Amino acid sequence: MNTQHHPEHPLDSFLAVYSDSLKRLALNDSGFVFDPMSGQSFTVNPCGLELLKLMQKQADVTLIEQQILQEFAVSADVLERNFLEFSEQLRRYLK
Amino acid sequence: MKTNTKKIKQLTIAVTGMNARADNPGPGVAVARCLREVIGFTGKIIGLGYDVLDPGLFQTELTDAGYLLPYPSAGEDELLSRLDYIQQREKIDVLIPCLDAEILSLIHLQEQIAALGIKMLLPTETQLQCRNKDRLHQFANQIGIKTPEQTPITSSSFFYDCAKKGWTYPLVVKGQFYDAGIAHNPEQAVGLFHRIAAVWGMPILVQKLIEGDEVNLTGLGDGNGKLLGAVMMRKRAVTDKGKAWAGMTVHDAGLLNAAEKLVAGLTWSGPLEVEMMRDKHGDYYLIEINPRFPAWIYLAKASGNNLPWALLEILHQQPLSELTPPIAGTLFIRYAQETIVSLADFEAMMMNGERAVAV
Amino acid sequence: MTHTLKTWQKPSITPHQLGTLNKFGRPVGGDYVEKIDGVAVDDLLRDYGSPLFVLSEKRLRDNIRQLKRAFESRYQPVIHAWSYKTNYLNAVCATLHQEGSWAEVVSAFEYEKARALGVPASRILFNGPHKKRAILERCVKEGARIHIDNLDELYLLDAIARELDIFTSVTIRLNFETGYTEAWSRFGFNLESGAAFDAAIRIGNSSHLKLRGLHSHVGTFILDTRAYQVEVEKLCDFMELIEQQAHALIDSLDIGGGFASQNAVQGLYLPTEQVVPTMSQYADAICSTLITKTAQREAQGKPRLTLILESGRAVVDDAEVLISSVVGSKRLPDGRASYIMDAGVNLLFTAFWYNHKVKPTRSLQGIAEETVLYGPLCMNIDIVRQSISLPPLSVGDSLVISPVGAYNNTQWLQFIEYRPAIVMVHENGEVSVIRRAENLADINSFESLPDHLNGQFNFSE
Repeated sequence: MNTQHHPEHPLDSFLAVYSDSLKRLALNDSGFVFDPMSGQSFTVNPCGLELLKLMQKQADVTLIEQQILQEFAVSADVLERNFLEFSEQLRRYLK
Repeated sequence: MKTNTKKIKQLTIAVTGMNARADNPGPGVAVARCLREVIGFTGKIIGLGYDVLDPGLFQTELTDAGYLLPYPSAGEDELLSRLDYIQQREKIDVLIPCLDAEILSLIHLQEQIAALGIKMLLPTETQLQCRNKDRLHQFANQIGIKTPEQTPITSSSFFYDCAKKGWTYPLVVKGQFYDAGIAHNPEQAVGLFHRIAAVWGMPILVQKLIEGDEVNLTGLGDGNGKLLGAVMMRKRAVTDKGKAWAGMTVHDAGLLNAAEKLVAGLTWSGPLEVEMMRDKHGDYYLIEINPRFPAWIYLAKASGNNLPWALLEILHQQPLSELTPPIAGTLFIRYAQETIVSLADFEAMMMNGERAVAV
Repeated sequence: MTHTLKTWQKPSITPHQLGTLNKFGRPVGGDYVEKIDGVAVDDLLRDYGSPLFVLSEKRLRDNIRQLKRAFESRYQPVIHAWSYKTNYLNAVCATLHQEGSWAEVVSAFEYEKARALGVPASRILFNGPHKKRAILERCVKEGARIHIDNLDELYLLDAIARELDIFTSVTIRLNFETGYTEAWSRFGFNLESGAAFDAAIRIGNSSHLKLRGLHSHVGTFILDTRAYQVEVEKLCDFMELIEQQAHALIDSLDIGGGFASQNAVQGLYLPTEQVVPTMSQYADAICSTLITKTAQREAQGKPRLTLILESGRAVVDDAEVLISSVVGSKRLPDGRASYIMDAGVNLLFTAFWYNHKVKPTRSLQGIAEETVLYGPLCMNIDIVRQSISLPPLSVGDSLVISPVGAYNNTQWLQFIEYRPAIVMVHENGEVSVIRRAENLADINSFESLPDHLNGQFNFSE
């Protein structure tokens, strides 16, 4: 395993920083998301909800992606591209 | 089929205009309150709004359920399909629209809405158009009611040489649908002209400013030319936006006489609010006719005329039980309070646009 | 793996903004356009590429027939003159000429186009502020009806008619206040100032020009039919005046165009079906005023006036759509979704003032969110829709943009991109290419390279 500062996956650093913020979110199956710290609420689509739930459970990007690839009809490339964009959104909203 | 009073008290009534920003409330919450307080009323009131922050959607003391509607700009098909959805859940008997922008869509959809089993008391499209800002003066002048002199303009150059044509400042500058302002000089007028034209388009209406007291009247047109249950109010204090903060019921024969002429001339059907100015010579000028109950409608109920209830009775051919000659000197003071919304209700409104009947 | 995989959608999260109105409508997904006049969008894109303009011959014919019916059932005779500038594709013009429409042109180019298509000069109305001597001479010789815009044109035309010794019937264009529209005072002769009267007198004194027609155009996208009532009243009053005082005998009133289409103008608050009058409402306002104002004239035994309409937008706008495909996506810093399309304002000039309808070509899953649609140009202004509620799109998804028939195929730009093909779906369901896609040879064919600039490029190693 690489123990240097360079993350293996562009999302490693995101999860390292935002793991706690993600855990505090209240998620509802309707897609309603509530951040009790800021009082802000959100709508998330079903696949976004799936990612949020997985990220609340663990901080290993590779495992999260494997889980999604097993359940959904999506290529690894598209998933990574989408996941990156999703993390950009979360970075903005969970500051 | 004849419905008796007891049955009216069991109806499900949908009311729009559940918005109530502290400085500019919609009439819906007040209409719901008028209905809710009728002794023996056991029916349901369904609040209809356009925004998650419309408090009437959540006030269980006023409404049994709340739903969001699509904006008028989404089109009439969208509105009908949303009403159809709500109807399947709530079995609405009567719909009382309380916002100007809804009325025309509802007139167009009247047959389809009746087919859903929902009754409404609305003016006709022609009646509605006669009171459009750019036509009102024609109609009013025909039946001998004064309006502030008005002219449509399409160029802001009017404001620099209007003195030659007898137009002196201050002037009122208005959009054809909404928005208006008072200009004290050409520069202000040009500013208003461009601001309003950018949103509401041409032409812009220029109106002479009448100085005096604003007096308002609400009532119901029976569709045969008769004005029922008139209640008059004079604003006694206004907010910095010119909205009523306090108002008092009055008996103003000039206002009543003008309103009766208007309702007879239009053979108006349904609720209305007549806004007039009485100048220092005691002359009355018609400013606006609104095709709905006003936000101060609860004052009418408190002073003896429950007009929303009378509307239900008219729709069901019942004798009008809640109309008594209103007492002058009843004061209202408008105040704000906080409506509490649970996270679950907030979520339901945000995600699905509804707060269903509590189980 | 034995279990079926679930459908993937691009994950997305949207914050709730309170205090601004929150849009609420039905969840989208059901509303899409799979076919155009029975032809599958996918087939069209496969055969002709993306982006692609698609015209419906049926809709075009229905529209012009409906317009003529609305007017002719109230007044006769009526002539519709097809406004070439709105869409001068030969197939569009020819369809309308088959339906009986004349040609209304505003430049030498448009005149030549109409003549080349086979329109007789006697069925052409020549409008507009720019007419040089050569084209005026041709029009006089061929007998087209010229609509005079200004005094210089009047004197030039008078000289030409005398030189050629041809008696020439003319129309003058007028402008005036209606109270409902912005006066287009740059076109034609002003009524209030007396310039129009002076022009009529001048023509009345000419040995070779005969003033036979009056024309005005009160604006574009007119939503209040009273503007047309005032227009007809003013034209009729002016006609009375000049028939008495300027030796004129008017045979036609041309009320121009300006009827609105069901396109949503940006900033318009009410739904279009509430603000855009129906063709019957336009026809009612115009014909009833015309009948009232000309009753006395007819009683005097003067010939019945021909009513000329130059409606362009209301005839062609909704007969054409633009199909465009998603080539990329980007999440904007403010959180909105955005997509890069292969068609932008280079093809869709009207995007500057309309909020066009945009519909997917398949049922899209997912929650609609506020979305910006960008065109392909490297310019900040290239925006197809500034704000539209759409579910997440993927690269390759196509969207149908409508209505686009008015002004886009005449005002489009060949800026950094080739202009795509235009096809017409015929009433029998067959599809024809009515303008093929451009290629490099087309564009280069206008240019020539001086010999000493050919080759010998000096790039460093």
